Amino acid sequence: MNFIIKTLRDFPAYLWSGWGALASIFLFIALWDVGNQVYGDLVLPSPLDTFKTLVLLFDDQEFIKNLLITLKRAVTSFSFSLLVGTFLGLLAGFFVTASIVSRPIITILMGMPPIAWIVLAMIWFGMGDLTVEFVVIVASMPIIFVGALQGTRTLESGFEEMADIFKVPFFMKFLDVYLPHIFSYVFPAWVAALGMAWKVVIMAELLATNDGLGAALAISRSHLDTPTALAIVTVLIGLLMIAEYIFLEPIKREVEKWRD
Amino acid sequence: MARLKVEDLSFSFGYDTILEKINFEINESEVVSIVGPSGGGKTTLLRLCAGLLDRQEGKIENSFETQSIAFQDPRLLPWKDTIENIAFGLKAMGVPRVKRNERAKEIALKFELEEKDFDKFPKELSGGMQQRVSFARALVTKPKLLFLDEPFSALDIGLKMELQNHVMDLIAKKEITIFFITHDIMEAIRLSDKVLLLAPDPGRIIKIFDFDLPQNQRDNEYVYSQTTKLLSDREIIETFELEFR
Repeated sequence: MNFIIKTLRDFPAYLWSGWGALASIFLFIALWDVGNQVYGDLVLPSPLDTFKTLVLLFDDQEFIKNLLITLKRAVTSFSFSLLVGTFLGLLAGFFVTASIVSRPIITILMGMPPIAWIVLAMIWFGMGDLTVEFVVIVASMPIIFVGALQGTRTLESGFEEMADIFKVPFFMKFLDVYLPHIFSYVFPAWVAALGMAWKVVIMAELLATNDGLGAALAISRSHLDTPTALAIVTVLIGLLMIAEYIFLEPIKREVEKWRD
Repeated sequence: MARLKVEDLSFSFGYDTILEKINFEINESEVVSIVGPSGGGKTTLLRLCAGLLDRQEGKIENSFETQSIAFQDPRLLPWKDTIENIAFGLKAMGVPRVKRNERAKEIALKFELEEKDFDKFPKELSGGMQQRVSFARALVTKPKLLFLDEPFSALDIGLKMELQNHVMDLIAKKEITIFFITHDIMEAIRLSDKVLLLAPDPGRIIKIFDFDLPQNQRDNEYVYSQTTKLLSDREIIETFELEFR
């Protein structure tokens, strides 16, 4: 509770610190415009055209529907990864054998390129929701699992000893001694996994479905409709930036304040 | 009368015998030190007495209601600020937030922490400050039994004196019982009623020294002369391998 209040209290100051970021985004848009002037509209539409198309897109029912489909797929499969990956990671972390056994498997899973998963999933599940969701889960869960595993493996026994002398009740020990440490590992893993999930969902949709933003991107490509393609990309990046800078980053700062 | 009584206590890690047939007793408002070379089983003995390790052989009777500890490293929770760290033991006892913060602040000032340090995280404090916080945390709960696991070893001489004086005040008021582990004989003589010599391999108590003069009447001269006496003791020389070659 206290933590939420602190995060909200620091939020205005955090936003104010965003001017630098904003300036660099504008610089990027300026470079983009230079690119447009050099290579022409077909290769790289101007930022202005792209933003105009973007506005039009949001009037289009079809686009809104696709956007919601993609969001639903990303959110459901990421939430699944988050819950199951965190749970399994914590569990494995508490047992030496489980962490030793799981390590190589995780390395294999993390080393497997998502595109290979997409091919396999298309063979196994055909075209559709399940393929996309499966790929997002296998791509994002290992990241979360490793975060949770490391969080529990690196708990300091010294703190536990100290707490035991004071006869700290289990629930308080969990909240005050274990959780802050574990969370400081798990939370960055969540953020990394979210980025991964978002990228993979688009890629899987592009190859394996007829709906969603990935599919819309595929259609705009086949029509050589570069402004629409860029507008969709802008939406994708915009959504990730909102998730990251408006929600996740302030929490992360609050969580990691005590760190060196 | 509360007491800590250890009878025929033995302990081993695998085939390694760490402690063998340890016997001693700490009565209420007594200060008992265990001295011995590093790696001789002192910390294991303390952890057994504090209930951090499971007993294998022998008996430990601990009838003190409350206990706390100060370690050599401060062991402050890095995600809690100064006051929250000090109040940690109080929170475990179920003292409400307002009350425990009040008590934590009061003792913090006594330990020469400043108000501007109250909401700092441990990483923002110097090593000495951290040890003050650690001591405040150990004492704010008004423990009946205090374990000291070489808490003065890494401190500069001024801070060492300052913290020892806090402990001496409590001893003078007969408010506390202390089980003190150290490899510094002078420190042990300054604070203790009884000094037990723990010889290593396997750890066993081979000699007990008594000091009857009240702690607050022991001046440097007393401490130095007693130290010299102990350092010429046959058993001490052998245990610490003090012989010049």
